[in-house]
Amino acid sequence: MPPQAPAPEKPLLRFITCGSVDDGKSTLIGRLLHESKCLFEDQLDALARDSKQFGTQGEAIDFALLVDGLQAEREQGITIDVAYRFFASAARRFIVADTPGHEQYTRNMATGASTADLAILLVDARKGLLTQTRRHARIAGMMGIRHAVLAVNKMDLMGCDQGVFDAIVEAFRPVAEEQGFRTLQAIPLSALEGDNVVAPSARMPWYAGPTLMAHLEAIDAAPEAGGGAFRMPVQWVNRPNLDFRGFCGRVAQGEIRPGDPVRILPSGVSTRVKAVLAWEGGLDRAGQGDSITLTLADEVDVSRGDLIAADQDPAPVSDQFEAQLLWMSEQPLVPGRPYLLKLHAQEVTATVTAIKHRVDADTGARLAARTLQLNEIGRVNLSLSRPVPFEPYATNRILGGFILIDKLTFDTAGAGMIDFALRRATNIHWQALEVDRAARARLMGQRPRCVWFTGLSGSGKSTLANLLEKRLHAEGRHTFVLDGDNVRHGLNRDLGFAEADRVENIRRVAEVAKLMTDAGLLVLVSFISPFRSERQMARELFGPGDFLEVFVDAPLDACERRDVKGLYAKARRGELRNFTGIDSPYEPPEHPELHLRTATEDPEACLARLVALLETP
Amino acid sequence: MHLKFLEAESIEILREAVAGARRPVMLYSIGKDSSVMLHLARKAFHPATPPFPLLHVDTTWKFKEMYAHRARMAAESGMTLLTHTNQEGVAAGVNPFTHGSSYHTDVMKTQALKQALDLHGFDVVFGGARRDEEKSRAKERVCSLRSAGHRWDPKRQRPELWNLYNTRLREGETLRVFPISNWTEADIWEYIRAEDIPIVPLYLAKARPVVSRSGAWIMVDDERLPLEPGEQPELRMVRFRTLGCYPLTGAIESTAATLDEVIAETLGARMSERQGRLIDSDQPGSMERKKQEGYF
Ligand SMILES: Nc1nc2c(ncn2[C@@H]2O[C@H](COP(=O)(O)OP(=O)(O)O)[C@@H](O)[C@H]2O)c(=O)[nH]1
Repeated sequence: MPPQAPAPEKPLLRFITCGSVDDGKSTLIGRLLHESKCLFEDQLDALARDSKQFGTQGEAIDFALLVDGLQAEREQGITIDVAYRFFASAARRFIVADTPGHEQYTRNMATGASTADLAILLVDARKGLLTQTRRHARIAGMMGIRHAVLAVNKMDLMGCDQGVFDAIVEAFRPVAEEQGFRTLQAIPLSALEGDNVVAPSARMPWYAGPTLMAHLEAIDAAPEAGGGAFRMPVQWVNRPNLDFRGFCGRVAQGEIRPGDPVRILPSGVSTRVKAVLAWEGGLDRAGQGDSITLTLADEVDVSRGDLIAADQDPAPVSDQFEAQLLWMSEQPLVPGRPYLLKLHAQEVTATVTAIKHRVDADTGARLAARTLQLNEIGRVNLSLSRPVPFEPYATNRILGGFILIDKLTFDTAGAGMIDFALRRATNIHWQALEVDRAARARLMGQRPRCVWFTGLSGSGKSTLANLLEKRLHAEGRHTFVLDGDNVRHGLNRDLGFAEADRVENIRRVAEVAKLMTDAGLLVLVSFISPFRSERQMARELFGPGDFLEVFVDAPLDACERRDVKGLYAKARRGELRNFTGIDSPYEPPEHPELHLRTATEDPEACLARLVALLETP
Repeated sequence: MHLKFLEAESIEILREAVAGARRPVMLYSIGKDSSVMLHLARKAFHPATPPFPLLHVDTTWKFKEMYAHRARMAAESGMTLLTHTNQEGVAAGVNPFTHGSSYHTDVMKTQALKQALDLHGFDVVFGGARRDEEKSRAKERVCSLRSAGHRWDPKRQRPELWNLYNTRLREGETLRVFPISNWTEADIWEYIRAEDIPIVPLYLAKARPVVSRSGAWIMVDDERLPLEPGEQPELRMVRFRTLGCYPLTGAIESTAATLDEVIAETLGARMSERQGRLIDSDQPGSMERKKQEGYF
């Protein structure tokens, strides 16, 4: 864009435009760029060339082409991602998140909305208020946007009729109220012809409100700046030499001065700020949004992910939350499966323990759900591997917004907003048992461990587990074998073979194995356990060296030939669904403690290796 | 006010990416955007020296004044400066004249960059690209994921919400991180002025020996530029809006010899800065294609 010098007092405005295909969103943005003189001549030349080749306006300039970015999209004539545009008027600088409005792109809209302070909801005057508009308003509200513009476009095609406009505005009012928008400005527009975009429309004298540009320039959309007690997540500990230890971060809330008492969370240790540092030197104060470095009066333990908070008004800390969750991955959410949760500068393991309900983004209806698919929104309970400091999202977006990351692909799988903690971490502490794990192990004279056999059905897991148990028993060890037969029929008899059930199946087995090792036993688990992430989850329950993963490896055709229980035959006939190796995948371990190839090694040789494994420290 | 916001945001990105990195590096192209990015990095980790080296991919065709500036900034920042040149390209005599600008750029810039990243095993690479530079950049993430082989796959790009950056990588994957994504050309200039950031003098107008090539003024920076029959370098008051390989970078006629004058002129500019770059205008979507191939 051709640079312009904006008036310095007005803070930058970030907004998002939402509309359905063909409502005129691209045309509107293109016109805003054009009319604020934000196009260079060579860009205009390119636009004129492109308009002839790809445009929908004949020989005339098609402003929509200005904003359709990627070539593939341009050829298909649709926009499929979030694009950020920059423009400035004489009064203000703007960043627009431009996102498409189809249902399948809820993810993109939420992404654009997460950093926006205002939403322009575009409506085609001919079509009136559609389900999509309600969805857009709902997502904007959910993402914490508090200022909305209802842009009623294509008024030129409706004879610039006030009645049409008024009816749409009336229909929208309850939607706006439901979403808790603090301001709502409805504007009748023709993006194509420019009415009420930058210049007031001569054809709509009945409209006395501001033009779109005038409204964007004037609005004070900043979140309550400067309010609230001090909070700064620690991003980086700066230790250039032994004499300096600084804690770097960006102030998420409140302000800070040298000498202020602060508390480190989650540890709860109190100290004082020695200095507030920036490149320029020591500062008298820093406030919300500033990137700074703090030094502290005492040598306290602070690491990345900790929160430095006002001592008298620290943030809550918890490991259980109720949150809204938007699913962003093609792989559906699996409750019980561990994900990485990133909340400000912390990363912890988290599982969804319950889906309370799914929310229909079009109607707001609450529906029962066992999983969340791509672009679905739900209210869930989350359990974290350790307590973290936070604020509810409604109070602070930075301290209450999180993402879930798939542990295997590292894709960003979900985005969530914390509503509240289900319990304060201060209430949880394991009862300190006097007779503890170590005491029991001593009494039994053995090191309790879990040997986890994984592999295809028929690979030889149970045979080997039983051989090993016999050998250990003969040596006077205390053992127990957990396998499908004694668990599926009792503890887990309520579970089927769908993915979510299989995850839960493994989770329970892992927890039971953990309790049994706490009781002092050597536990031999024999389960297909086809998914890496579940085995990882099991592993994480145990101390280092206490979980030994044994990959019982036999080629599928060999297992199928053995087919002791006749299951492969059934699966092949389609009588068994989700059978590992047939219509459900097996993910082989990447780094098992032991890899046994039962097609080439005989059982005695395998047993010898298992015994040797248990002798490792 | 908005400069302070942009600065704080960029510093946050730099710190966040470094915290998640195994071997970070900053691509330093010596131009104004790199200068701002380097300045922000020094601020982000002050009083420490930024915990990563600078990498300059040297096509051997940069302006002499750029090489001088590079040496000065490496010394001033105290950071390690790595340079990499595609030696196979040099051996094959690749140059912008006989092989054309796209081939030259591919071999000496794109291939060279990949070589350098592989050689050192860098996993997080800072670059000074801005979203306002070109249409296909408008959708670029702040943290852009590159698959093994440095390929950019639009479908694998991760959604970026709030200020949460997912910097996790699988084996072979790398991350390009653009801390000044949200800056515009005007912001860059205003910030350079406000912070007194050193820039290559080529950005300021001066009488320089130039020849006219396809409507652009090309500076005769050394004797390697082949002159066409009858072509005579002439002295003209010119300056550059972007800097790259000198035979591929067009100057504009200008009398703006101070930063204030440059800013005043830039504010009234009617052509985009990319207009001076000969590599973009080859075909529609050309930048996007180059990106998929691994060009920054
Ligand atoms: N008559 C009229 N047509 C419009 C108006 N705004 C957009 N259009 C047309 O509607 C069609 C879709 O516009 P576009 O901006 O591509 O929609 P998008 O899919 O929301 O980005 C194009 O043919 C535009 O020219 C308007 O205000 N009046």
